[in-house]
Amino acid sequence: MTPRVFLVDDHGLFLSGVRSELDGKVDVVGSATDVHGAVQGILAARPDVVLVDVHMPGGGGRAVIAEVLRAAPSIRFLALSVSDAAEDVIAVIRAGARGYVTKTIGADELADAVRRVHEGDAVFSPRLAGFVLDAFAGEPTTVTTAADPDLDKLTAREGEVLRLIARGYTYKEIARRLDISVKTVETHVSAVLRKLQLSTRHELTRWASDRGVI
Amino acid sequence: MSCAEALWDHPEAMSTRHRGLRQVRRGEDRFIAGVCSGLASAWGVEPVLLRMAMIVLAVAGPGVPIYFVLWFLMPDEHGRRGIRVDQLHLEPGELRRPLAVACIVAGTLLLLEALGLSFSDRIVWPVAIAGFGMALLWQRSDSADRARWSRAAGRIPGRPLDTITGTQSIVRLGIGALLVVSGIGAFVATTNSFSVARQAVVATVVTTAGLALILAPWLSRLTAELAAERRERIRSEERADMAAHLHDSVLQTLALVQRNADRPREVAALARRQERELRTWLYGGATSTTTTLAGAIAAMASEVEELHGIDVDVVTVGDADLTTKTDALVQAAREATVNAAKHSGATQVAVYVEVEDGRVTAYVRDRGRGFDVDGVAPDRRGITSSIRDRMARHGGNATVQSSPGEGTEVTLEVATR
Repeated sequence: MTPRVFLVDDHGLFLSGVRSELDGKVDVVGSATDVHGAVQGILAARPDVVLVDVHMPGGGGRAVIAEVLRAAPSIRFLALSVSDAAEDVIAVIRAGARGYVTKTIGADELADAVRRVHEGDAVFSPRLAGFVLDAFAGEPTTVTTAADPDLDKLTAREGEVLRLIARGYTYKEIARRLDISVKTVETHVSAVLRKLQLSTRHELTRWASDRGVI
Repeated sequence: MSCAEALWDHPEAMSTRHRGLRQVRRGEDRFIAGVCSGLASAWGVEPVLLRMAMIVLAVAGPGVPIYFVLWFLMPDEHGRRGIRVDQLHLEPGELRRPLAVACIVAGTLLLLEALGLSFSDRIVWPVAIAGFGMALLWQRSDSADRARWSRAAGRIPGRPLDTITGTQSIVRLGIGALLVVSGIGAFVATTNSFSVARQAVVATVVTTAGLALILAPWLSRLTAELAAERRERIRSEERADMAAHLHDSVLQTLALVQRNADRPREVAALARRQERELRTWLYGGATSTTTTLAGAIAAMASEVEELHGIDVDVVTVGDADLTTKTDALVQAAREATVNAAKHSGATQVAVYVEVEDGRVTAYVRDRGRGFDVDGVAPDRRGITSSIRDRMARHGGNATVQSSPGEGTEVTLEVATR
């Protein structure tokens, strides 16, 4: 079943470009160019996946994600941006996006990322993997108050998987290299996503609070 | 600074005036005979200032004779000299209000004297004259004069008079004026008595409070406007900075893109380079400097992109100083990247650099045609061995993984120092 996709980007040119690229690969059910229109359009169209720009006037992708998830928690988000600022990316992930890819991504890769997010997995671009490794590097610096202290650090395997993603490996290549199944790779990545969203690690909390996420 | 003082301070000026007297009394905005406005326009100062100084001089003593001497010596705009009554520019109606003010001031002072607050005539009459002069000055300031005044005051943002409007302001003004007057009165009263210091202090405090009450709104607006102006200036400087940067970088690149529109590889490389540059400028961070490992890697990547028209994706985790060892790693990574650009046939190279526990590990990976590492490929073996030698010289190592159709990955490792 092809996922039903909704596009949100304040750049009309980019929007039409993505639309034509994804044509035939996914079912584009609508698009919006501002936060308010996006929230209304998404709640009306009920897509499976929303491709959302990180930077937009009126609160950005973060505002769209937060508002839609409050009303419709089953809708999944994939962030798409030219921005490489770590705090922007981390903020949008913590708001609830299930992945982040840069706008220079190829059409096939983008369709693949949409499909993966639709299936409930996380999509980490090499850059996002790098940010996450940076954020989780070293020991947690603050006394953790989380119910689950494991949220504040990555397991060895998760680190390994993220490193390979950062090096530009696909999930399939990672699976082959680590001699595990693609499903297991996806499970690891989803676990990392969960930690990213729930961790109270100092670095993540700081980024998030700078951006007003929490 | 007054015209008369200037004459006293500079006798040589007096002598030129005797000879030529180029200062022309001005008819159109004259006050009495146009002496002050003539000097003011010749010296480029506000006539109001000269007039005030002249009034002070008149009160203090020699002002009136000085005025008549100047009136006599300075020609009018028609070149005529001498004191003529028809040059006078006073109309009886205009004197009414200033005279009233002078009467009120003099009356108040005399009343206070009668009530036992002793003033000598030395105080009463000069103050009355000064009040008359100031009132006349204000009365006679025609629209042009007031506009000039406003312009002068405009240099100080927020004119006091603007803030004295509305019932609240009038009440405040009244209370303030009362405090000033009673403060001054108390001060004057104490000068003749024995109980001195404390009352003087009280008088000073009351006076200050009154002045503060009158001037507070103006002062607060003054500081607010100064702050706003400063903010605006900072903003416009930032705007100028940004415009300059965009002009030097983005607009130049866009021009190049238009000229190379038929060469997609070059356009892509130009766009990538500009993107990287702009991002560095916008988000700063380690990549903005080449004194660190991450900065050097980023610089290397954009250089290779530019030279070979290939995408180089860089991801760095952690950072380290650029030492001879880490620099060797950067150079080796550069060779590997260039190698991939030239021979792999791929359009993209991924560079991943990680600093951890005093070691740097770099991976340069492409998804190109790959090759048999042990097979005969002299040109590539030459390059891979040069990479290996370079790393070995600095106590690091390099491994090359590749097989035909699978792409190539070069792994480089060295200690940070």
